[in-house]
Amino acid sequence: MIPAPFDYYRPNDMAGVLALLSEHGDDARVMAGGHSLIPMMKLRMADVPHLIDLQDVEGLSGITVADGSVRIGAMTTQAEIIDHAGLTQVAPIMKEAALQIADPQVRYMGTVGGNVANGDPGNDMPGLMQCLDAHFTLVGKDGERTVAARAFYEAAYMTARTDEEVLTAVTFRATSGGYAYEKQKRKIGDYATAAAAVLITKEGGTCTAASIAMTNLSDVPVFSADAGAALVGSSVDDEAIKAAKEAMLGDIDPSEDNRGPVAFKRHVAGVILARAITRAWSRA
Amino acid sequence: MSKKMHITLTVNGKEEEFLAEPRELLIYTLRERLNITGPHIGCETSHCGACTVTLNGKSVKSCTMFVAQANGAEVTTIEGMGGPDALHPLQEAFKEHHGLQCGYCTPGMITRAAKLLEENPNPTEEDVRFGIAGNLCRCTGYQNIVKSILAAAATMNAAKEAAE
Repeated sequence: MIPAPFDYYRPNDMAGVLALLSEHGDDARVMAGGHSLIPMMKLRMADVPHLIDLQDVEGLSGITVADGSVRIGAMTTQAEIIDHAGLTQVAPIMKEAALQIADPQVRYMGTVGGNVANGDPGNDMPGLMQCLDAHFTLVGKDGERTVAARAFYEAAYMTARTDEEVLTAVTFRATSGGYAYEKQKRKIGDYATAAAAVLITKEGGTCTAASIAMTNLSDVPVFSADAGAALVGSSVDDEAIKAAKEAMLGDIDPSEDNRGPVAFKRHVAGVILARAITRAWSRA
Repeated sequence: MSKKMHITLTVNGKEEEFLAEPRELLIYTLRERLNITGPHIGCETSHCGACTVTLNGKSVKSCTMFVAQANGAEVTTIEGMGGPDALHPLQEAFKEHHGLQCGYCTPGMITRAAKLLEENPNPTEEDVRFGIAGNLCRCTGYQNIVKSILAAAATMNAAKEAAE
């Protein structure tokens, strides 16, 4: 499998990246770990005449936890997320989700930035970012701007990022209460048939807040405000979980593919969400 | 054809310099340019792990890396771990415990296992299975591979203790 030829660039600062993007426009793409882009280039489904490798760009990786907020540089790998004790302390759902992405070799290379910026509905981090109400930092020639993850995804591979912008970081508040990332996949390395990210807080046996998002069940990650609302004020009993499932099913829009027909995916989505809620509640 | 790049790689401790198109995949560089044929081409789609090498301290699938990305890197393949006269404890354990049948996945399996044991010298069976999840074997059912890696861990730990 030989990809089409391309010119390769490895700038060491963001100014260099932006200059190349502005010079080559649509013909240029930035690459983080490359584990979404390279397979597509090998299949010649992605044509990238000018490939900009971000590996040497200063300041794009690393995890900062301060004052109850978390910043993860775009080039931070899934392996680094898993190994970061400080992050696991304030947002354990990140590690739980990252461990379910691909396999060890891919996690050494695959990055948070690539995962969220690519816009592939199969990627896990976009759904998780909905659940966390994260924000994405985008840098372009006119400077920096911040976009809420919940407003970022427009359609499959279509996001609020323009061609001349680079996603440089994700930020979110430290989590409290219970958490779970539950994923059904056919095999290691496959995308989810259905996955659910759940954060729940509990006070005196009652759910006081819940955030629920789903992965690979629409052409964009799905934040289901109604599913979360269905749990609030309840003791997260069977009836409340059923109501959350019903609400979630109203928000997803899966399509048939080699992971199964629509009815099956809706069934799996319900099972996975119920498991995620139950596990998150048990940790709350 | 795109412009060729000047590439420098350190492979198994030896410095290599050559001109290559940036699109050349690292597995082809190793096998066809440098005649290092330990890493194998299995699926060529980042799934099977037969092409696994260690690059700058990470286990990577060399079918999913352009040579341009690897420029300047240090690469270790199975050839850099041990040879017929001095087997690596993992190679010895795979031989002893029948950790292979056809042998096609073995170089990737052992290269990956070496990194796993470096990061976690005392893995449980579950740790081993999780840690080699990116390497597929179609012969063994994994039983003896897991057994081999656990045995190698014990040997390596004993050798380390003896040295201390």
